[in-house]
Amino acid sequence: MELNSKIPDGPIAEKWTNYKFDRKLVNPANRRKYDIIVVGTGLAGGAAAATLGEQGYNVKAFTFHDSPRRAHSIAAQGGINAAKNYKGDGDSIYRLFYDTVKGGDFRAREANVYRLAEESVNIIDQATAQGVPFAREYGGLLDNRSFGGAQVSRTFYARGQTGQQLLLGVYSQLARQIGLGNVALYNRTELIDVVVVDGEAAGIVVRDLLTGEVTSHSAHAVVLATGGYSNVFFLSTNAMNCNVTAAWRAHRRGAAFANPCYTQIHPTCIPQSDEFQSKLTLMSESLRNDGRIWAPKSPDDNRPADQIPEDDRDYYLERRYPSFGNLAPRDVASRAALVEVSAGKGVGPLKNGVYLDFSDAINRLGEKVIEERYGNLFEMYERITDESPYKVPMRIYPAPHYTMGGLWVDYELMTTVPGLYATGEANFSDHGANRLGASALMQGLADGYFVLPNTISNYLAPKLGTTPIPTDHPEFQAAEAAANERFSGYLSIGGTRSPDHFHHELGQIMLTQCGMERTKEGLTQALADIPALHAEFKKDLRVTGDGESTNQTLEKAGRVDDFFELAQAMCLDALTREESCGGHFRAEHQTEEGEAQRDDEHFAHVAAWEWTGDPGKPIRNTEPLTFDNVHLAVRSYK
Amino acid sequence: MTELNLTLKVWRQAGPDAPGSFDTIEAKGINDEMSFLEMLDIVNERLINDGKEAIVFDHDCREGICGTCSLMINGQAHGPQKGTATCQLHMRKFHDGQEIVIEPWRATAFPIVKDLMVDRSAFDRIVESGGFITAETGGASDANLTPIPKPVADAAMDAAACIGCGACVAACPNSAANLFTSAKVSHLNLLPQGQAERYSRVEAMVDTMEEFFGSCTNHGECQEACPKEISIDFIALMNKDYLKSKFKNRRMLSRR
Ligand SMILES: Cc1cc2nc3c(=O)[nH]c(=O)nc-3n(C[C@H](O)[C@H](O)[C@H](O)COP(=O)(O)OP(=O)(O)OC[C@H]3O[C@@H](n4cnc5c(N)ncnc54)[C@H](O)[C@@H]3O)c2cc1C
Ligand code: SF4
Ligand code: FES
Repeated sequence: MELNSKIPDGPIAEKWTNYKFDRKLVNPANRRKYDIIVVGTGLAGGAAAATLGEQGYNVKAFTFHDSPRRAHSIAAQGGINAAKNYKGDGDSIYRLFYDTVKGGDFRAREANVYRLAEESVNIIDQATAQGVPFAREYGGLLDNRSFGGAQVSRTFYARGQTGQQLLLGVYSQLARQIGLGNVALYNRTELIDVVVVDGEAAGIVVRDLLTGEVTSHSAHAVVLATGGYSNVFFLSTNAMNCNVTAAWRAHRRGAAFANPCYTQIHPTCIPQSDEFQSKLTLMSESLRNDGRIWAPKSPDDNRPADQIPEDDRDYYLERRYPSFGNLAPRDVASRAALVEVSAGKGVGPLKNGVYLDFSDAINRLGEKVIEERYGNLFEMYERITDESPYKVPMRIYPAPHYTMGGLWVDYELMTTVPGLYATGEANFSDHGANRLGASALMQGLADGYFVLPNTISNYLAPKLGTTPIPTDHPEFQAAEAAANERFSGYLSIGGTRSPDHFHHELGQIMLTQCGMERTKEGLTQALADIPALHAEFKKDLRVTGDGESTNQTLEKAGRVDDFFELAQAMCLDALTREESCGGHFRAEHQTEEGEAQRDDEHFAHVAAWEWTGDPGKPIRNTEPLTFDNVHLAVRSYK
Repeated sequence: MTELNLTLKVWRQAGPDAPGSFDTIEAKGINDEMSFLEMLDIVNERLINDGKEAIVFDHDCREGICGTCSLMINGQAHGPQKGTATCQLHMRKFHDGQEIVIEPWRATAFPIVKDLMVDRSAFDRIVESGGFITAETGGASDANLTPIPKPVADAAMDAAACIGCGACVAACPNSAANLFTSAKVSHLNLLPQGQAERYSRVEAMVDTMEEFFGSCTNHGECQEACPKEISIDFIALMNKDYLKSKFKNRRMLSRR
């Protein structure tokens, strides 16, 4: 498989401008002659569908949700980065670019990241014009806060509900296009296969979640904006329905899957209260701006937090990383918490957390200011735990949160299948091995509003005058038949265990062997255990109900089935990447101080896996990464 | 941790046109640290183990922000805790031995899909009719060009916090959607960016709302049930703008 990243020529700061000038255009009058399918209506998909609709294309948008406003993007709390330098503290496009490449531990493409930083400023303008109520200062100008991995204030926010407000902005623009008839929305409709004809994307096969009916849709191009795959771990901060099916089905049809082992564990989640809990609530990492993280120095210290004197507390992030302190990047902060809890210094009834303490900030700034900044987060915490963070420190622990890996895309966001694009968390592009806080919203919106609508015409222009492949084409018919068979198959196994039961067991394997810390031994074990469990799934699954009306157990079965195959790719990827970088930490590759040790000589590349028909034996292709602007260096946050 | 033994009376309905009825389900040994929906997850696992069909209910984020969850719990939309969506409600609000009646939202504009799941797309129709500021991608000026007084931005944000769950409609004796619609209208009508379309927006959205939903008679039940505590003051704001729109929009017409 050839991986041509199609990075434009020229100096880094001119590549995107040059590209936009050189690409082929579709003139406004011809755009209505093109059909485009967009799957996913979160930030990345909704923004793309709305913008393509505005430009005059015929857009069909699909979501399994009942409304675009429900996408998982809505849950983002903390904020969105942009190189506006409104604070005059030395920020610039170049600095945001630099921070993101470094934060990604030198495993992302420089050209993509630079473009992301360039577009970041337009996002804030765009969202503000739509009426996104970003936080303001008393003078009426936009407010900023700082976020993990950065030493400037560049994060824009709307209380603790930034994702919600950005998504409502996207949704309002999409709704306008739906009302105008430029976008047709198919809600409660799930993509279950991708159809490729003569090597190009021809369309998709979907299942109506209300009736179980399977149908096909074809178009000149297909965009997948279907989010990340953290739910493979069962335990995660993602919404319950997030899944990998769309990306995985595309992979099975020829789209390479890049860096599946790059997953991010978020350092500040509320620890699990019982083992049935799958969804963990995240406490925005913006809290680390004012909260101080600590654990008792002694594992035997069982006193309540307020009775532990300063001398017996270990502010371990401030101690280990004096210049970044509590704002150390997520992977660093997460592993540091794991070290404390593994050493028996965990706090709370299950000793499965560390403290995030606001008492100093409250003393310094007053309760009012803290309430202004984090009021709704504190409320949320109290609702869940019955404890008030104004009075006692929060308890936090890391949990799977974001997946940097995803469908391989070139500079144009096209996958290895021509005409099939991937945007937002579903692709692998901009974050390398670790994503910095507040940059997923930025990437989703940059992809959706500014990148894809500019690159897609390059593919479409030569197709002028062609019609999409009709859905009675044998490839569509065969895919529909296979999908019908797959779903009726789940119903007829008649075994003893529910999809959730298998999901829980798969998650246990993944958390232990492919979570915060990975070893050759553990991964090898996982690669034996996962196919074995998958085989049991195929024999012993129990799905009650029928296939002709809403059946959430059946939906879950299809999603868990795909997670099993993805899990193998993740473990293989983690096993073959014999280095530690960003969120991928191989215990065999660490410095004496326990920091991640990269191997740039052998692994400064993207691993893009190619489907072979056997989930245990995909082919590993590589795309070398070169760093002409940000020099490869050991990432240090000391 | 305390264990609760509960009796659930759950509305089961096979499809939009099927008759529905209450099913009695014993939920034993429920950990009171669990959320209400985690409790239902466990009940569903047990139903599947017994070879029965799981209860269908809408949910997703489980952190009170996506607005997907719903449920009338003992006659209260989103249950007994004020300002809390069902997914954020915890079992410590219930006591051992309690009977809990669980029903879907009931409103003509929200037809039942199955069991506890309803179709709330009438809300989307309202937004599609005018719940936006026309701002096509690419044409925006610098975000700091128009300073917005903090109190104005804050008020807009208060309205924008609505999660579109529909509890206000479910709680209203008239099944009116005035709280939802007013939150959507006010978010945009309060902001300087929203002024150009202020009156056409309110007119279109209120008219669409009236096609689907009942009329508001100021009961105030909506505000009580709202998980985001959206204030009924926004309804007054919407009504004021709607009245003005009748005048202003006509004046605009006469100028053409
Ligand atoms: C709790 C939490 C807090 C976060 N906070 C921040 C933050 O502060 N800042 C930040 O930058 N990032 C944050 N993130 C990350 C960020 O929210 C996500 O990465 C981002 O929103 C993903 O957007 P998306 O559009 O790619 O996907 P999503 O929003 O997940 O949307 C996916 C869409 O695809 C649809 N879909 C998926 N599969 C199918 C299918 N098979 N068929 C049909 N439709 C399908 C869904 O219905 C949905 O519409 C946070 C994430 C979490 C979990
Ligand atoms: S106004 Fe409140 S109750 Fe009504 S939809 Fe919005 S959040 Fe839900
Ligand atoms: S599940 Fe999202 S608000 Fe309850």
